[in-house]
Amino acid sequence: MALPQRRTDIGPPHYKDFLPPVMLKNYGDWKYHEILSPGLMVHVANSGDKVWSVRVATPRLLSTDTIREFADLAEKYCGGYLRWTTRNNVEFLVSEEKNIEPLQKELKEKNHMIGGIGNRISNIVHTQGWIHCHSAATDASGIVKALMDDLADYFTARETPNKVKLAVACCTNMCGAVHCSDIAIVAIHRKIPKIDHDKVKNMCEVPSTIASCPTGAISPDPAKKSVKVNEEKCMYCGNCFTVCPPMDIADPEFDGVAIVAGGKVSNLRSNPKFSKLVIPYIKNNPPRWPEVTEAVRHILDAYIAGAKKHERVGEWIERIGWEKFFKVTDLPFTFQHIDDFTIARETFRTAATFKW
Amino acid sequence: MPKKYETPLLDELEKGPFPSFVTEIKKAAAKNDMAADELGQLEKSYRERRGYWKHGGIVGVRGYGGGVIGRYSSLPEEFPSVANFHTIRINSVSGFFYTSQILKEMCDLWDKYGSGLTNMHGSTGDLILLGTSTENLEPIFAEFSSRGWDLGGSGSALRTPSCCVGPARCEWSNIDTLDINYNLTQEWQDEMHRPAFPYKFKFKTAGCAVDCIASIARADCSIIGTWKGTIAVNQDEVANYAKNGMNIKEEIVDMCPSRCMSYDGTELKIRDEDCVRCMHCIAKMTKALKATGEKGATILIGSKAPFVIGSTLSWVIVPFIKMEPPYDEFKDLIRKMWEFWDEHGKNRERIGELIIRKGMREFLEFIGVEPQPQQIKEPRRDPFFFWTEADLQK
Repeated sequence: MALPQRRTDIGPPHYKDFLPPVMLKNYGDWKYHEILSPGLMVHVANSGDKVWSVRVATPRLLSTDTIREFADLAEKYCGGYLRWTTRNNVEFLVSEEKNIEPLQKELKEKNHMIGGIGNRISNIVHTQGWIHCHSAATDASGIVKALMDDLADYFTARETPNKVKLAVACCTNMCGAVHCSDIAIVAIHRKIPKIDHDKVKNMCEVPSTIASCPTGAISPDPAKKSVKVNEEKCMYCGNCFTVCPPMDIADPEFDGVAIVAGGKVSNLRSNPKFSKLVIPYIKNNPPRWPEVTEAVRHILDAYIAGAKKHERVGEWIERIGWEKFFKVTDLPFTFQHIDDFTIARETFRTAATFKW
Repeated sequence: MPKKYETPLLDELEKGPFPSFVTEIKKAAAKNDMAADELGQLEKSYRERRGYWKHGGIVGVRGYGGGVIGRYSSLPEEFPSVANFHTIRINSVSGFFYTSQILKEMCDLWDKYGSGLTNMHGSTGDLILLGTSTENLEPIFAEFSSRGWDLGGSGSALRTPSCCVGPARCEWSNIDTLDINYNLTQEWQDEMHRPAFPYKFKFKTAGCAVDCIASIARADCSIIGTWKGTIAVNQDEVANYAKNGMNIKEEIVDMCPSRCMSYDGTELKIRDEDCVRCMHCIAKMTKALKATGEKGATILIGSKAPFVIGSTLSWVIVPFIKMEPPYDEFKDLIRKMWEFWDEHGKNRERIGELIIRKGMREFLEFIGVEPQPQQIKEPRRDPFFFWTEADLQK
């Protein structure tokens, strides 16, 4: 059968064609909202109209069968309207109050996790991992599944002092929001790249490979028409591998993940913050990465025990001080924690004020 | 029937309460060879603790330089159906809204031409069609584009802009995030589809400083809604919050970063001129407090992930700009920024890195924005600064 006529530069469809009528009618005219239960909120318009949102976890990677199941539920209870959130949850947009209970009931029967609204652990923003990426030093989906199984109560029921945003990045490119999350996992290498000199000659542009190195560890190797890596300067970031494939850096024995904490993107109370290193290395241990889930749970427990209401992880750590953070979590403090990258001096304590 | 693999390690990840990506892959694998081989290769990765994907080759659709991420298995003989396993980025709708009918239509097409696996959504906001062969790219594009869907961005181009839910459902939004997002995407289709920049460029639009799209951390240009005016206080609703157990002094007044609030047990007072519009009080007392006055946005530039100079958060360039259609003032400003970047940017240099390398002065002068204290956290510490001939004449 002939293909339909292709069109270019049309952009996405207009959003107004996809809004439920109640949202279209009250667009920009909302009065307030309330969180009614861990996975249910209501938005009330100045007109008095209401829309209920039922939030459900997804693994982000979805089969067409599951998307059809969501579509069927939306048809049955929401006039066919649904949306995804910026953390890859699904929200069913309910205009008729009588449909809320049956929708929630059917979601539960089908084993969907309802929750993620309010001061809880919502979905984990994550990346492709071994499922689709060439530079992945761990598998993102597997770690996310292991973590969320362990923390499921905090999605569906239990509260935390404030939101706890988790993220997983499968290499130091950090696609997603690892660098500004409350607790996040980032995969790292610990060995310098192995160079296949014959292939560098044919596949790589030497100047851009040299320029890709954040520490200036790469220099030309004219005799081999290739490059060399200064072992003392290389921090195993893998960016050279991104621009020059024959600089393979993956190493199953030494690759693994680091844990960072204390980042946030919102401006509420305190300015947005970067996440900082708290655990330099945990080995990859598929399929369940038990050491990683245990470490995250450990940091989370310390935060819940120590934080004031509304304090985010980073705000709690700043209030008690990093020296106290390492004390209450009993995590080892190592040379790896002391910055020696470009902004190192910004991180040094230029004062005599600290806690014992 | 698709090939079957033994997957004892991945099977472990079908247990537990959180929805399983392994179950998703298996659902697709039951009727699709590509998904079956994806599952087989992933099990091998779990066994050997390393990935088996090669660097992407350059693949795409006619007329475009981006939107498709080429991906090839490094084990094509072992897993032939994922020898090509390319990703297609479909530009999602502002705010990620769908109808059931459109989703089903998309699913039927994707089952016909691809692996049946998706990501809803990629981190930038695209709908990701995960895994197809090179020869299916043109048919998929014809099928989707004829139904009103276009590709998103990839490579050294404008990437797919995304935004928070905004005025469609949120009472805090100061700007029409969905419309801004749609308008910018349409305005710059060429910049999205035909990479012509030194490196990638991302827009994200947030209706307020809560920043539910993480624009300040994940967009070269962060558009964050704000207001010039007052926070209107409904004292009756404040009293209701107090009555319902909120400790207004501890939870609101003492947590205000600018210490511009007071509460004597009956009346909540805000010194608006000292408020930094962080949103904490409004977010916690959404029935009682409301931003009023002139609405617009703060434009921040420069956030990115670590490579090469280290992670950055966007910083303020324009403290306040009106954001009303057709957004000409904003677009002119962006075009000037791109001109500066195109002229001076090195290969794979993000705009934020360029500004840091060239200095804020050169950038601000080029785009025609005055220096303002809102652009900095604190003035410089060291006495090493440039004077131009013109400065000396002043």
